[in-house]
Amino acid sequence: MIVADRKPIEEIIEEVKNHEKILILGCNECVTVCEAGGKKEVGVLASALRMYFLNQGREVKVDEKTLERQCDHEYLEEIRDVMDQYDAVVSLACGVGVQFMAEKYHECPIYPGVDTCFLGATEKRGLWTERCQACGQCILARTGGICPVSRCAKRILNGPCGGSAKGKCEINKEIDCAWELLKALDKLDDYEKIDSIKDWSTDRAGGPRKVVREDVQE
Amino acid sequence: MRLQYPPDIKIILVPCTGKVDVLHILHAFEKGADGVYAVGCMEGDCHYNSGNLRARKRVEQAQKILDTIGIGGERAQMYNLSSSEGPRFAQFAVEMEERIRKLGPNPIKLAKKKAA
Ligand code: SF4
Repeated sequence: MIVADRKPIEEIIEEVKNHEKILILGCNECVTVCEAGGKKEVGVLASALRMYFLNQGREVKVDEKTLERQCDHEYLEEIRDVMDQYDAVVSLACGVGVQFMAEKYHECPIYPGVDTCFLGATEKRGLWTERCQACGQCILARTGGICPVSRCAKRILNGPCGGSAKGKCEINKEIDCAWELLKALDKLDDYEKIDSIKDWSTDRAGGPRKVVREDVQE
Repeated sequence: MRLQYPPDIKIILVPCTGKVDVLHILHAFEKGADGVYAVGCMEGDCHYNSGNLRARKRVEQAQKILDTIGIGGERAQMYNLSSSEGPRFAQFAVEMEERIRKLGPNPIKLAKKKAA
């Protein structure tokens, strides 16, 4: 899933402080799971903002809503009827949702309420770690299911850099060296197999990407 | 025991302090509470293992938010006692009341009155 982290409330206040009618808009998908932008976080932020404005002696309307997703037209359409009631939206969706909102409702300023971090997994509640960089051409079949693109700091594809110590990466002692993990899986033989150079044009190097599926398009 | 404690404290029963969420605390302040405190079992004695530890974290989270928005984090507190300690319950109530009296009323309550 897409992992995001909450933005400091001070930062959000700074962005929206001159508005009068604000909608806090959550998303029921990834950001709910990583406890950054679901219904609950919407409630906390909205309550904090309402109190902040009241304490400043200002009457500002701060409403709450959480959509199923913010990266699909059909769900974003659900708020079309109410959008004219607001002069700002704080979207707690990932960067995708914030942008899709902004494209659809460009007459209303949309502010991000979370920092979108990476594609990752929930190791346990409160601990999310990166697993994928969406390079566009998956090599996991050849790397024992451990992704050196996302989990090696240097993204190297042919064995460790030589800097790892006690299984940890030389860039950050708290992070496992991706290549040492492979050793632990006893998959080292796979690395004897020489592979062709990875085509990085499907990664960000090729600019913004798209997936086109004419077979499912209407 | 018939212990005395300040009469202006409203008790809300929950099955475990682990049920207390940061949202409950914030909403209480939004509605005008001058202070909110959670009284849980002693740390290490939770029947659900970690309910009281979670409550403490949530109170701390609420404190941070209240500080940020200028309401004052001190207005939210977490206390622990064991179920037989009635006198301590009364003592916490007195302590909390004194703390709040020093801080004065919740500014939200005053702002709401002004706006009305
Ligand atoms: S120590 Fe391991 S994970 Fe870190 S940069 Fe070197 S090879 Fe990559």
